[in-house]
Amino acid sequence: MKVLRYLEDVSTLELNGEKCTGCGSCIDVCPHGVFCIVGQKAFVADKGLCMECGACALNCPTKAIEVIAGVGCASAIIASWFSGKEPACECAEDGCKPGCC
Amino acid sequence: MSSHTTNEPVKQVPTKLAFGDFLGAWKARWGIGRMDYTIKPGLYAVGKPDSESPVLVSANYKLTFDALRKNLGGLDCWIMILDTGGINVWCAAGKGAFGTDELVNRIEKSDISKYVSHKQLVLPQLGAAGVSAYEVARSSGFNVVYGPVRAKDIKEFIREGYKATEEMRMVNFTLWDRMVLVPMELVPALKKSLPFFIGMALSSTFLEKPFGKADYAGLAMAIASGSIITPVLLPAIPGKAFSLKGWIVGLGGTAALVGAFGGYRKGSRILSMGHLLLFPAVSSYLALNFTGSTTYTSHSGVNKEMRKALPLIVGSAFVGAALAIGAYLFRSDK
Ligand code: SF4
Ligand code: SF4
Repeated sequence: MKVLRYLEDVSTLELNGEKCTGCGSCIDVCPHGVFCIVGQKAFVADKGLCMECGACALNCPTKAIEVIAGVGCASAIIASWFSGKEPACECAEDGCKPGCC
Repeated sequence: MSSHTTNEPVKQVPTKLAFGDFLGAWKARWGIGRMDYTIKPGLYAVGKPDSESPVLVSANYKLTFDALRKNLGGLDCWIMILDTGGINVWCAAGKGAFGTDELVNRIEKSDISKYVSHKQLVLPQLGAAGVSAYEVARSSGFNVVYGPVRAKDIKEFIREGYKATEEMRMVNFTLWDRMVLVPMELVPALKKSLPFFIGMALSSTFLEKPFGKADYAGLAMAIASGSIITPVLLPAIPGKAFSLKGWIVGLGGTAALVGAFGGYRKGSRILSMGHLLLFPAVSSYLALNFTGSTTYTSHSGVNKEMRKALPLIVGSAFVGAALAIGAYLFRSDK
């Protein structure tokens, strides 16, 4: 199936190869196959696919990954301009994302 | 909600959905009484689980729970339901409700150690955005194994020795996924546009030159373009930015409309120009709103797109509306 891509070169994802131990956690949690392991190290294979969900950084035991996690939701971002708070997925009650289980 | 006492017997869960479950799911998708579509957090049993059986962790949104249990036929396992405030796993993980703290808490509260002898929990992969596996291990002694993204793969995942294939790990966004989301886009869009429809109808009662069919049809077309056509046909529409996709569809629709109404007859060029600026902008805005429902848009990306697109959308809609209103005020015929 054709993979849907959004804007390229925008993700805040950073991987510090020196801290990486090659445990593979990031590969397990990333829902878009952003990482690959070559030898004993993880690499960012396709940064353009990153949706900044933050799962990789949260689950990297050596804190080798940094990403500013956030919601990719226009109405949440607009709401945050008015409220002055961090954008949050307020329609989450509506079960907005499909495929979750 | 979180006062699950440990002495209660573990509730048995059927793996077949009843008619009421389907009806409830349909109502939830259309936003009817969705807020209380929850189940009680705590421990549940599927089949005849014993101390060796796997423990699957999930959220207390009933649609999520149903999607899980209907895929567990023939399996003996435990289900540990976290209190996510009635929100599905992925959204709850993003908010931190399906998170490390709640999981560690629930491990204690549910007394899971009394029921199983092993120290392993299977979490849906999408929960990883809220749960730190190594921190859970540190605070509770339980190892988190991330299962597949979709519940339908769980049995195979377990059969293969808790190994997920690459395909099981990837989130996609199929035609069906997008179609299911349409009501969620359409209902709020209709609610927001209702005042405009009412305003147009009311003004027709006292204005001499009321709004015409083209206006109603145009607004309806713009809503359909942004909230139905763009989401459903998403990959087939040119562009990556949602606002651009929505604008393209809206422009096509408006052009067709202008054609269908005979170029709005002679003397209404200004009106058609106004419509060509206004309706694609409405469609573009609604399509931009769909970003929140997708499975692949990043915060940085949407931010960038909005900074570029919103001024254009607002400007175009404003000028378009002004032209359309001006066209009526200065209309010579009729
Ligand atoms: S989770 Fe961290 S340490 Fe493990 S492979 Fe990925 S980057 Fe390396
Ligand atoms: S933030 Fe999410 S999508 Fe991006 S690389 Fe990490 S796990 Fe993958």
